[in-house]
Amino acid sequence: MTTKLFGEPVRRREDARLIVGKGRYLDDIGHNALAAAFVRSPHAHARITGIDVDGALDVEGLVAIYTYEDLTGPMAEPLPVLIPHPQLTAPRTGYPLANGEVNHVGEPIVMVVATDRYIAEDAAERILVSYEELPVIVGVDAARAAAHAVHEEIPDNVAARHHQQTGDVDPALAASPRTLSFTQYIERSACTPMEGKGVHAKWDADDRSLRVYSSTQASTSVRAAIAAKLGLSLEKVEVIAPDVGGGFGVKIVHPWPEELLVPLAAIALGQEVKWSEDRREHFTSSAHERQQRQEITVGYDDDGRITALDVHIWHDNGAYTPYGIIVPIVTATQLVGPYVIPVYRVVVESVYTNTVIVTPYRGAGRPQGCYAMERTMDRIADALDLDRAVVRERNLIQADQFPYDHHLTFQDGRPVIYDSGDYPGLLAKLRALVGWSEADALRNDAAARGKLLGIGMAMYVEGTGPGPYEGGHVQVLGSGKVLVATGLTSQGQGHETSFAQIVASELGVPIEDVEVTTGDTRRFPYAVGTFASRAAVMSGNAIALAARGVREKALRIAADVLEASPDDLEIDEGVVQVRGVPGSSIPLRTIAVLSNPLRYAFDEAAKQATQFAGPGDDSKPPVSPGDAPGLEHRDYYSPIRSTFASGAHAAIVEIDPATWEIDIVKYAVVHDCGNVVNPMIVEGQVHGGVAQGVAGALYERMAYDRDGQLQNASFMDFLMPYASEVPDIDIDHQSTPSPLNPLGIKGAGEAGVIPGTAAIASAIEDAVGRRIAAMPISPTELYDLVRNDDSELTEAYTRRSGTGAMA
Amino acid sequence: MKPAPFRYADPDTLDEALAVLSAEGEGAKVLAGGQSLLPLLSMRLAAPTTLVDINRVPGLDTVEVTGDGVTVGALVRHNQLLGGHRDAMAAARVQPLLARATANVAHPAIRNRGTTVGSIAHADPSGEMTAVLALTGGSVTVASPAGVQTVEWRDFFVGPLETSVHGAEVVTSAFFPALPPRSGTAFAEVARRKGDYAVCGAGVVVTLDQDRRVERIRASYLSVGLTPEVHDLTDAVVGKPVDSADWAAAGALARTLVDPDADIHASADYRRLLVAVLTERTLASAAAEAAARATVE
Repeated sequence: MTTKLFGEPVRRREDARLIVGKGRYLDDIGHNALAAAFVRSPHAHARITGIDVDGALDVEGLVAIYTYEDLTGPMAEPLPVLIPHPQLTAPRTGYPLANGEVNHVGEPIVMVVATDRYIAEDAAERILVSYEELPVIVGVDAARAAAHAVHEEIPDNVAARHHQQTGDVDPALAASPRTLSFTQYIERSACTPMEGKGVHAKWDADDRSLRVYSSTQASTSVRAAIAAKLGLSLEKVEVIAPDVGGGFGVKIVHPWPEELLVPLAAIALGQEVKWSEDRREHFTSSAHERQQRQEITVGYDDDGRITALDVHIWHDNGAYTPYGIIVPIVTATQLVGPYVIPVYRVVVESVYTNTVIVTPYRGAGRPQGCYAMERTMDRIADALDLDRAVVRERNLIQADQFPYDHHLTFQDGRPVIYDSGDYPGLLAKLRALVGWSEADALRNDAAARGKLLGIGMAMYVEGTGPGPYEGGHVQVLGSGKVLVATGLTSQGQGHETSFAQIVASELGVPIEDVEVTTGDTRRFPYAVGTFASRAAVMSGNAIALAARGVREKALRIAADVLEASPDDLEIDEGVVQVRGVPGSSIPLRTIAVLSNPLRYAFDEAAKQATQFAGPGDDSKPPVSPGDAPGLEHRDYYSPIRSTFASGAHAAIVEIDPATWEIDIVKYAVVHDCGNVVNPMIVEGQVHGGVAQGVAGALYERMAYDRDGQLQNASFMDFLMPYASEVPDIDIDHQSTPSPLNPLGIKGAGEAGVIPGTAAIASAIEDAVGRRIAAMPISPTELYDLVRNDDSELTEAYTRRSGTGAMA
Repeated sequence: MKPAPFRYADPDTLDEALAVLSAEGEGAKVLAGGQSLLPLLSMRLAAPTTLVDINRVPGLDTVEVTGDGVTVGALVRHNQLLGGHRDAMAAARVQPLLARATANVAHPAIRNRGTTVGSIAHADPSGEMTAVLALTGGSVTVASPAGVQTVEWRDFFVGPLETSVHGAEVVTSAFFPALPPRSGTAFAEVARRKGDYAVCGAGVVVTLDQDRRVERIRASYLSVGLTPEVHDLTDAVVGKPVDSADWAAAGALARTLVDPDADIHASADYRRLLVAVLTERTLASAAAEAAARATVE
């Protein structure tokens, strides 16, 4: 079949538009809109004792000022806890505008609306807020020590104690031939999409309806939240995600205060209002992720096989918990990776700090879990003088053990049962790809050049495509155009291309005829959102099912016209054909016309469907009972549970022992996401993920000082790597299709970022022979580590020094 | 991140620019390339009453090269001193440090717009060109309604982001003296990301005597002090033959002379380490160049 496009590296059809500046991002909408700007807290923890707006009132162009006092009804209540959980015993959320107290720098206190953003900022600058400063908690250790409380009524700063176990870990550890314990840290980074958040709202006073554009990952739920908070009927609110310049997780959180306040102002003022987040706002007022303290005890035997694993994590959730304990759950359940862990206990204490909230950032707790597990593997190998790859190999779940039940409960409330995979296969491919066995030769070469070389690896399993559902709608028009809609949103992943490939393949039409719309509640009002590597799994399968429904109806109508059995028909290049009978065919566009019986011929094609166009069957109504006019179908995909993708990364680093600069000289990825819709897009996702993995390992961190001030809230000081810092990436693929969904696919969006920190930490440790127990690591920190007499040497280093190999 | 209100003037002549600056007083700022000033405005870290844009002023966009040195006009963009540019090649014959340092200035888009003199007038101790002006013993020309005067680099740099220029004054050019005979230069940086402000940078000039022995060594560093400093490292290796001088000793001496601060990117100790390492590395390279030039001469 010529139109079989599933699995082909089709070029991204959206790129030309986006690259030449024809994209339509939030700030491209509503040039005449009023602009909102915010007065945000300069303090990490304070009581608000007064707000004096007088100084702003004579700013020409000022339209309105809102404080908490102006909020009523549901708007005066705290923002929702989006994902409640029984173990989230002390949830807290902020208010759309601060209600008497602020808990992090950047929390919104006053909204100013003016004729443009410049004037709004001029007015905001003149508003005087007085504060009574309160003690500040920064970092997991301070939160745990709880010398002060972030929220007065939660004295231990603990929002949740998430706990899962698969057996009785204490006796299992006691019975283990060997055990080791260690503590390690991982720092905060953030999504930092190229486009920040943004909201545009337009109120139609006559129709009493609201249209909101938001740079969001969840337009349907933003719609529901706006309707609920502003007391509007759902059908009077439409929310559209226009082109969105990246999300990486931060835009799945909703409703952001601005998503409610901007519509509130638009309705109150009867004018369009817009807010575009600036970079500083994004750093201090959106979300971060990843800080954890991890205390790990592992039991293992003389061969390096794990017998028991006990993990206690303190997870910094920032000032509030609007996204529940999703990140702690993901860390707790994805930590086990591709390994058999006979007895596992995990406790994650999610603690409050006076910093920006923590919600999913690409990987969403998985990089931390991977860091815990993979560094445990490295420690076992080191203790036993075994090859790190061999220790991993001995612990892997084998290909014949699927479905593999870890007896844990995942973030979707469903069991962690791995559907399919081949982890020994991944490891074998990775060793070959990176040249694992040649590491010692490379090390000697580098030493001759005055460099320290190290190699490290990390493996992961990623639960992707969680439910509850997504839907798809496919419609063939009389023009031959095929309209496809799904409710989840796009932030640059190439959905216009990959979803079109699925429909073109399922329906047998040219891809050029397929038009895809995402994230527009006018086109598809039921959706969950784009997160957790779920778009291809969820909407991809829903769209495929919808396309199959259209195909079935088209064949039924065609069979009638061509007087053939539907079983004898095929569709190719948009034409239904009786197999093996040339000339006996009918275009899909004609079937589309015939599928909708007409009274009025508004164009030439429509004539064919009118009442006198041909002989009819007077014994049947024009639309049969149970049938519907139009060649279209709507369908939904709701998975029984998540599907589990997997992969393995390896990094080779060279370190300059004079400056302690760290250079990644090789980065290898083996990746398995089941059946691949578009390998070029999947590779792009891997590349972007690896870039963020390298970022989190070597460059990015949120540099909070003791007072809760973010010291690097700009791209000058927050070191997002440039292309010059991201290594070339060697990729090899493996495919173990998912048995859980019709297309056999697994998610690919987050995979690339997950093992970066673990693999790079391992490689640096291998190079310098010092234990790396805090990531990210910078040259100045590495210098501190290597000249500290108290820092722990690895056993491997001691052994190598003994044989003179390090000399 | 929008600037506070300001007035904007784009005079056609230098006299007109000085007149606007006189009328506006201390609140006015000169705008050339804008690569540092405009971000400061957008972050409201600076709120000048008026920007006096000198881009229309004629005669400020030239690089003049004589046997004495290189004069760089106030509207010369970084790129004009870089690589294959005609001005850069002429300048490099007289003072090779200019192109070597400029190659480390930010990214192409910034170098296309930003100016060398603007970077000097901005007086950021992390700036490459401030260090080069100091290292070469350079000066700037400052125009005011009272006339034109030359200000030596040592008098010009007052503090971080602060110079002796105030009010109705415009820096119209910078002068970089020629490299002395039997001398070589080198410039190197350690930055977290390519094109970032350096965590530490070093520029050095090595001068040999007639017998190819070390006669004089000067070094200047980036991001290690409040204002550019020039350190004389001659004592560590004076009189040593160029081929066997112990550059590490000079690096060790340099390490004792600097007093860097810590920030979120580097500890003070790490910066001292880099001062030593970069000194040793740049000296080796500069000495080789000096030896080659001494042979030719």
